[in-house]
Amino acid sequence: MSGEEKNRHPYIVSDHTAALKQFTRARIALGRTGTSVPHKEALAFKLAHAAARDAVFSMLDVNALHDELKPAGLPVMHLKSKAADRDQYLQRPDLGREPDERSVALVKAYGCDSCDVCIILADGLSSEAVNRHAPALVRLLVNRLAQAGFTLGPLIIAEQARVAFADPVGQLLGAGLSLILIGERPGLSSPQSMGAYITYRPMRGLTDEGRNCVSNIHPAGLSIGQAAEKIAYLVRESLRRKVSGIALKDETGLLP
Amino acid sequence: MAYKYSIGHLTYTFNDLKTLLARATPFRSGDALAGVAATTYQEHVAAQIALADVHLDVFLREALVPYEQDEVTRLIIDSHDAAAFKPIGHFTVGQFRDWLLSDACDTAVLKSLANGITPEMAAAVSKLMRNQELIAAAKKCEVLTSFRNTIGLSGRLSTRLQPNHPTDDPAGISASIIDGILYGSGDAVIGINPAGDSPANTRRLLEMIDNFRRQFAIPTQSCVLCHVTTTLDLIEKHAPVDLTFQSIAGTQSANASFGISLSLLEEAYQATLSLNRGTIGNNVMYFETGQGSALSANAHYGIDQQTCETRAYAVARKFNPLLVNSVVGFIGPEYLYNGKQIIRAALEDHFCAKLLGLPMGMDVCYTNHAEADQDDMDTLITLLGVSGCTFIMGVPGADDVMLNYQSTSFHDALYLRRTLGLRPAPEFEAWLVQQGIMDRQGNQLPDAGTYTRLLGGIGQ
Repeated sequence: MSGEEKNRHPYIVSDHTAALKQFTRARIALGRTGTSVPHKEALAFKLAHAAARDAVFSMLDVNALHDELKPAGLPVMHLKSKAADRDQYLQRPDLGREPDERSVALVKAYGCDSCDVCIILADGLSSEAVNRHAPALVRLLVNRLAQAGFTLGPLIIAEQARVAFADPVGQLLGAGLSLILIGERPGLSSPQSMGAYITYRPMRGLTDEGRNCVSNIHPAGLSIGQAAEKIAYLVRESLRRKVSGIALKDETGLLP
Repeated sequence: MAYKYSIGHLTYTFNDLKTLLARATPFRSGDALAGVAATTYQEHVAAQIALADVHLDVFLREALVPYEQDEVTRLIIDSHDAAAFKPIGHFTVGQFRDWLLSDACDTAVLKSLANGITPEMAAAVSKLMRNQELIAAAKKCEVLTSFRNTIGLSGRLSTRLQPNHPTDDPAGISASIIDGILYGSGDAVIGINPAGDSPANTRRLLEMIDNFRRQFAIPTQSCVLCHVTTTLDLIEKHAPVDLTFQSIAGTQSANASFGISLSLLEEAYQATLSLNRGTIGNNVMYFETGQGSALSANAHYGIDQQTCETRAYAVARKFNPLLVNSVVGFIGPEYLYNGKQIIRAALEDHFCAKLLGLPMGMDVCYTNHAEADQDDMDTLITLLGVSGCTFIMGVPGADDVMLNYQSTSFHDALYLRRTLGLRPAPEFEAWLVQQGIMDRQGNQLPDAGTYTRLLGGIGQ
């Protein structure tokens, strides 16, 4: 019995699975008192929920993102959706999918009428995820995709934006494919998790079966390096086979 | 046809049946987002009063999505059992509600009616029922299914062991499975949501659970919840597929947004049946649903989200599923804003699915951007336990570290079983006792030996 367990209340039943905790961040081996979770674990859960709630209401650090994206060597544009604030964003997904008038004008004025790939960084439901993980991933991807001979549109930072925000923006840029990196719904143990959605020939009105997703990008989930590899593979295959979504499966590692 | 009701000098007019249904629905954010919700409290009640006077056979004549345009409508109309409908065919929606709650309506009667009730009739009557009544009527329904154990017996509550891991790491998933099994979880299914649904990854996970299950002769079934086309592919390649999973919705175009159709589901159903892996039964499909999915795919035709949801149950019913559950709070606050709306929606989904003859469980859950917390979930599981809900989820500590939402824990299921005197599926319960994991009263036994044995098994 460990020192910590000795200090626990005698009514608490410890689980024999404690040794398995090293294999997962899942809340296993919590022990129990009656059928309930002991107070330390119950409060740890509450604290994690509080952190996740705070992540939902966090903001993109636009200035820092601009600086960190500079080494990628591409122009950076700052756009906003039609959702005015977080409360409206949470209840009106339709507004989060559309760039506002100023953003549309900015993209048009930029004057890009075709590129292979446009990359968008969007707050989604956890700005903190994008603040922390997106710049490094973008720098890796820009490198790889440019080396593979693809042309890249400007890098776009988008506030109050949803996944489908990439559709009208990609369309305006004449992109062959859009890649949006977006803060995922914060989980208790991963309030800063990022997802990547890939859409071939982005345009208004597409639904989810037309996209591929690489999720759980954060230090304890899919690492930046792993994510870059997966995303680069999907981008290459999508552009080569002219398709994305359920028709494009990740077949790396499948034995015949 | 228009429906009207006057309160004093004010006449409320509802242009068609779907508008009437939408305005009669208890308020939720998704219907407001779709622009179909009642705009005043009185309009809402006026719609309920007008709806109460609509005859049930109107729902057979007035399709909410045109028959010619939608294969789910065609399925509902073409598979309607007129003989089963006959005993209730003369009722209005209001009379149907009163009859459902009466002593004349019991388990056997409800079973004989199920195929005579359309999803829209179930949705309509649920809109005239309070939470208490949704619970009381659902409690009378009994739906039994089986594969390697018997799901849905009265006085039983099953659980899906959901051992998800953010990178599908086999050791991480195994750790959660062992923890869950030692808490008596997993009789509905051991079901993994894979982080990546590549065929190779899915196959690896399927083989892992299957080896573990066979080694300990656990009377349960396994599932990796990937797209139906991936499962079909794996069946062809002789992977150990017990159940075929798919998310489904209530309109043809919403299903198209999931990349499925009725014919694709039929193909998967037949392929899974042909494997013949069930030992005591052959219910081989596992479906998930949830209010808001049709609106989310912009495929709702101006129908309220609860009515759309019930239409998905017609899709499920066609394929004799082992398990169905609504993932009620997963969709987020734009469809179900807070704990009150999630609780109401879950009780509606459970009641309507049971009335239509489905083995309905519930993923009692919420996301971190919804105005809800564990207290709301405690309230909801207790209500569902009282309702006779078929199964709930078992997620370590209620925290799904892959899907990033909160569901119900292994502890939650033990709480429900103990406070309400519910037991696991009988075959699974016998196995738990035989393994020394639980005693016959459902008390968990602290037994280091069982743990060591299970650990040895999964390491191989």
